[in-house]
Amino acid sequence: MQPFHYRRADSLDAAAQAAGASRGSRVEAPVQFVAGGTTLLDLMKIEVMRPATVIDINPLADRYGAIDATDRGLRLGALARMAQAADDPAVRRDYPVIAQTLDLAASQQLRNMATLGGNLLQRTRCPYFRDVSWTACNKRDPGSGCAALEGVNRKHAVLGVSEACIATYPGDFAQALVALDARLEIAGPQGRREIAAADLHRLPGETPNVETQLGPGELITSILVPAGAWTRRSLYLKVRDRESYDFALASAAVALELGDDDTVREARIALGGVATVPWRARAAEDALKGRRLDEAAAEAAAEAAFADAQIREHNAYKVDLGRRTLVRALLDAARLEIRT
Amino acid sequence: MTPDLFARPEGRSSPAASGLDRRSFLGAGACGAAVPLLGPVSADAQAAAPPDIRQPLDLTLTINGRDHRLALDARTTLLDALRERIGLTGTKKGCDQGQCGACTVLLDGTRVLSCLTLAAMAEGREVTTIEGLAGPDGTLHPMQQAFVDHDAFQCGYCTPGQILSAVACVNEGHANDPAQIREYMSGNLCRCAAYPNIVAAVEQAKAEMGA
Ligand SMILES: Cc1cc2nc3c(=O)[nH]c(=O)nc-3n(C[C@H](O)[C@H](O)[C@H](O)COP(=O)(O)OP(=O)(O)OC[C@H]3O[C@@H](n4cnc5c(N)ncnc54)[C@H](O)[C@@H]3O)c2cc1C
Ligand code: SF4
Ligand code: FES
Ligand code: FES
Repeated sequence: MQPFHYRRADSLDAAAQAAGASRGSRVEAPVQFVAGGTTLLDLMKIEVMRPATVIDINPLADRYGAIDATDRGLRLGALARMAQAADDPAVRRDYPVIAQTLDLAASQQLRNMATLGGNLLQRTRCPYFRDVSWTACNKRDPGSGCAALEGVNRKHAVLGVSEACIATYPGDFAQALVALDARLEIAGPQGRREIAAADLHRLPGETPNVETQLGPGELITSILVPAGAWTRRSLYLKVRDRESYDFALASAAVALELGDDDTVREARIALGGVATVPWRARAAEDALKGRRLDEAAAEAAAEAAFADAQIREHNAYKVDLGRRTLVRALLDAARLEIRT
Repeated sequence: MTPDLFARPEGRSSPAASGLDRRSFLGAGACGAAVPLLGPVSADAQAAAPPDIRQPLDLTLTINGRDHRLALDARTTLLDALRERIGLTGTKKGCDQGQCGACTVLLDGTRVLSCLTLAAMAEGREVTTIEGLAGPDGTLHPMQQAFVDHDAFQCGYCTPGQILSAVACVNEGHANDPAQIREYMSGNLCRCAAYPNIVAAVEQAKAEMGA
């Protein structure tokens, strides 16, 4: 690990200003925030990230670490821990998909440490990105190439890929937020703004090193999830190499509002493990609207979701796995008993 | 050049250390600097020279109820501070990357990975390691005893982490049946695969812990 200055932030403005002095991509900035540290310290140890200053934002948890549920929606402080949100009774009852994305992620130790804001900003597990002895990685070193294109790419993405990068977005929680049309409150050196959770991550395109639309010094302070008739009939299905404590090979976050005779009024779908960013599957949603949710409808939706998939040597299986994961998630969600 | 926003406020002193033992006394350097807070951006702060990046931080860590005052490089993890500086080698280093659970300790009673926690981030919090689990008279914690009773280890390398994780698992209310124990203990890998015995040990200790 490279030496760095460690500082504690006692105010939001000071933190934002201090980190905002640099330009360019947030992940490459010399000043980085640390919350749980489970992404940042990991990447600093393996020298993928080398900030000169690390600003500990945990003192801000007093103000931005709460979870509040009202009938209009849910407000999750960005410094709330994953375990805290996963165990919250209102989250579990009214937004099961959120609780499940958190429960099924990482381990309890990591969930106790990791924050919701940090979770959204976790970086890919692409082995070439994580090993600096590979010179070709456009995400780490723009313009250097991509070792995964012709390398071992079994876990890489099939949706949202570019010729510059095919790294999978590894998180789970973001899929729930994207499916539920959550919004993020952001504070930064230029003041405050609010964006859709779905707009946080950027497709790799030619600049996989940019990753999100947050600038240096911008802090996520809160996550807002609007209430909706679909949030209770929601779930997250995650398929992994091992049954627990692993990243998704394919996953689906779904939320449904069903009318009489299982007709789909609203379907919200986001996919994980298969895409470069948390992936809202609009084509699949459109394929379901107004239809009775049976196996044929679910299969048609899954077909639509992966129509544009682009495969590489070792990850063709993800198309089929992703489709089946979505079919099962939709049918399971349709069968959920909802207590009112 | 970017203005320096991090100058140490004048006259800020480190918290007084109590209960210094020989080891932590040796570990404490004379040149440590208290962790500067990021204050509001002031003209003063901008004028000051940047501190030396290698200057150690003057930290007080509370481990198993005892304060240790240490001068530590900012890079030091809680795991390395425990093992290399304080001499508490019960906490193990497996992967050093957050993947195996061998380094599990309790922070204010909550289980965390000490390999991904900066020592500086543990300041002001209560750290419990395997050395702090037994009673003052040496009576083993029910979870330690249960691991012995069920032969819940072979080489023993993962065991301190397993035991601390298991204590927290019971206290969290996540040890209600074998399937739940397996799920909530999945962050602790055991290369010797003592898993069935570990689950049995957790079930026994849970009954004794009255949880
Ligand atoms: C072994 C292992 C297994 C894992 N398995 C899973 C899994 O299955 N599913 C899953 O989803 N995740 C998994 N993770 C990832 C883990 O969930 C993330 O590392 C964690 O959520 C990051 O949160 P943090 O608070 O620790 O972030 P940090 O490491 O503190 O920060 C991460 C990044 O976000 C920035 N940041 C943090 N908070 C904010 C904020 N509020 N505003 C702006 N920037 C901020 C930091 O500057 C840093 O660049 C795993 C991690 C490990 C080590
Ligand atoms: S897939 Fe992306 S992260 Fe992985 S080597 Fe290629 S450019 Fe780097
Ligand atoms: S040493 Fe910390 S998790 Fe392996
Ligand atoms: S007892 Fe050997 S690793 Fe668990």
